[in-house]
Amino acid sequence: MNSIIEVKHLSKKYKLGEWQKYFTLRDTLVGISKLPFNIFRKKENKGLSKGEFWALKNISFKVSQGEAIGIIGPNGAGKSTLLKILSRITPPTNGDAILRGRVGSLLEVGTGFHQELTGRENIYLNGAILGMNRREINKKFNEIVEFSGVERFLDMPMKHYSTGMYMRLAFAVAAHLDPEILIVDEVLAVGDAEFQEKCLQKMDSISKEEKRTIIFVSHNMEAVQKLCSRAILIDKGKMVKDGNVNSVIDIYLKRSQQVSKISFSKRKDRWGTGQVKVINVNFKDAKGENIQNLKCGEDVEIDVGFKYFDKMVKKIDFVIEINSFYDQNKIVRIDNKILRKEIGVKDNPVKIKLHEIPILPGRYQFSISVLGKEGEMYDCFPEAGLFNIDYGDFYKTGTMPEKGQGYLLLKYDIE
Amino acid sequence: MITHIKPKSGLSNIDLAEIWRYRELFYIFAWRDIKVRYKQTILGVGWAVLQPIFSTFIFTVFFGDLVKIPSGALPYPLFVLIGLIFWGFFSGILSHASSSLIENESIVKKIYFPREILPLSTVGANLVDFAISFTLLIVVAVYFHFLPNPLLILIVLIGLIIGILGAGGMGLLLSAFNIKYRDVRYILPFFIQMLVFLTPVIYPTTIMRPSFRYLIALNPMTGVIEAARVVFAGGSNVNWQVLGISAISSLALFVVGLYYFKSTERFFADLV
Repeated sequence: MNSIIEVKHLSKKYKLGEWQKYFTLRDTLVGISKLPFNIFRKKENKGLSKGEFWALKNISFKVSQGEAIGIIGPNGAGKSTLLKILSRITPPTNGDAILRGRVGSLLEVGTGFHQELTGRENIYLNGAILGMNRREINKKFNEIVEFSGVERFLDMPMKHYSTGMYMRLAFAVAAHLDPEILIVDEVLAVGDAEFQEKCLQKMDSISKEEKRTIIFVSHNMEAVQKLCSRAILIDKGKMVKDGNVNSVIDIYLKRSQQVSKISFSKRKDRWGTGQVKVINVNFKDAKGENIQNLKCGEDVEIDVGFKYFDKMVKKIDFVIEINSFYDQNKIVRIDNKILRKEIGVKDNPVKIKLHEIPILPGRYQFSISVLGKEGEMYDCFPEAGLFNIDYGDFYKTGTMPEKGQGYLLLKYDIE
Repeated sequence: MITHIKPKSGLSNIDLAEIWRYRELFYIFAWRDIKVRYKQTILGVGWAVLQPIFSTFIFTVFFGDLVKIPSGALPYPLFVLIGLIFWGFFSGILSHASSSLIENESIVKKIYFPREILPLSTVGANLVDFAISFTLLIVVAVYFHFLPNPLLILIVLIGLIIGILGAGGMGLLLSAFNIKYRDVRYILPFFIQMLVFLTPVIYPTTIMRPSFRYLIALNPMTGVIEAARVVFAGGSNVNWQVLGISAISSLALFVVGLYYFKSTERFFADLV
């Protein structure tokens, strides 16, 4: 079969310092003084100069028509960069790609929606931005409205929409785009379970019934498994594995476990100014012993060690978020500001005591961010580590809900 | 449809066929700007009329009555209103276009389309504002018993084209510049304020040395405003030479702006 997408040796180079998003003239004036020396230096795409890195390096693959292919990998692996190149938002540094067919890319749900405009107006606006013309939108209008289920609010400004309504309308427009190649990034990261299911079904029918090609990036392994027959694992910009979806996901899960065993200070899958960094995280049980697996209903202490590289920093804030690993739902957030607790240099390591863990057994992932008092990001660790929660007698009844029956355990009485 | 993605360096081609395919985006962005601009304002589109009225009043009191700037055949309020309305069209496009890429950052980062559509589509909403304020201008002219020369239609058309090319060109340049250097945001208001004094809005060029009159004609709106005043006074002796200089200057601005825009375009999504 002829391939509809051909990606050959695609590479993309970025400069470090991503968090400095723009320059001021002053920065450039400083740079200009060095210009006479740079001008004679031949521009070379292949090598790396100081402060540059490969966000994507030598990626090649082919996709046949009607195939749904999942792109997986840890944060910062280059998945989004790949989609941005395939959607022509940013050019590659080397290599090329051929796409045979109309491309619809959905890198964000609701791109270009305007809060002040009504739902009806936004359907036209969003549709046009995504590449539909008015005739096509008119033809699909009723279908879009029906799929979104927001008929009653169609003439209300979007700012009065709930997040759920917003997402449903946004996905509805994009799903009716009718491209030959659909590029989708993490759209399922938001929205409720019912909505996610509906989106998945729609994408599934786009791929299986309408024989359209889908490239799907997600952290949600269940969704990738459901939708795609093939997956590509990318890590640190390089292709690790291309093959059957189940085998690739297996490799990914194994690698994630290995990564979280590397000591924190050596890990590179983080970003931020680096003024203060997390150097270790330990889980301890009631006896003060280090543990890997937590138990429902038992107390746990999380010790987080920080290192202050910038002596000017005296106070910090931190946030730990716990997500379910397979479907990437946020479960809880631990935040010192919520307890109105100040963290200073001498609070090291910070000890967080969790009482009677009310989370269902399963595999979880946590992220840690260290922030300055002005909200500046010192260290952000999106996939800091993994842990398991095992069965424990939370209710002291010897029984509890099963996997899939929610995430949290609530203490309650029935009288 | 086959899309070939490859590394880009230097100047991107201007793909007219592609711009044509995306032509509805011009209309959609303009429509959005018009819809959004006066939402949640009590007076709504009334502002398009009130702003020039207020300015005319203030300028008439200070520059017409107090400083007694000569206004030729026209009464000062009509004289200054002509200047303000054409200048408003120019500066409106300039300021909206300059901030267009930044304001639509989320779209630029997530969707592909020919980028020049964003700054250039700001022309639409400004055309609507112009149409409204121009109606006001006609009313004011009738009030002062001035019947414009039929040449007015031609002058307005030429004026709009010069305005679109000049302000559009500068807008393309500054919008691309704005992506890299956010300084533009702070400089632009001063820049526009300064430009208004380098444009014969509140004064006629007749009070200048002749050599300087040709220099100031490099400002695209000079020729337009001067010509519009001549025809509003009923005359037809438009200084075509000055208008020609302004036209060439606006075309040059457009070419330079578009050139800079297309040669930096490929970085937009990475920098915003």
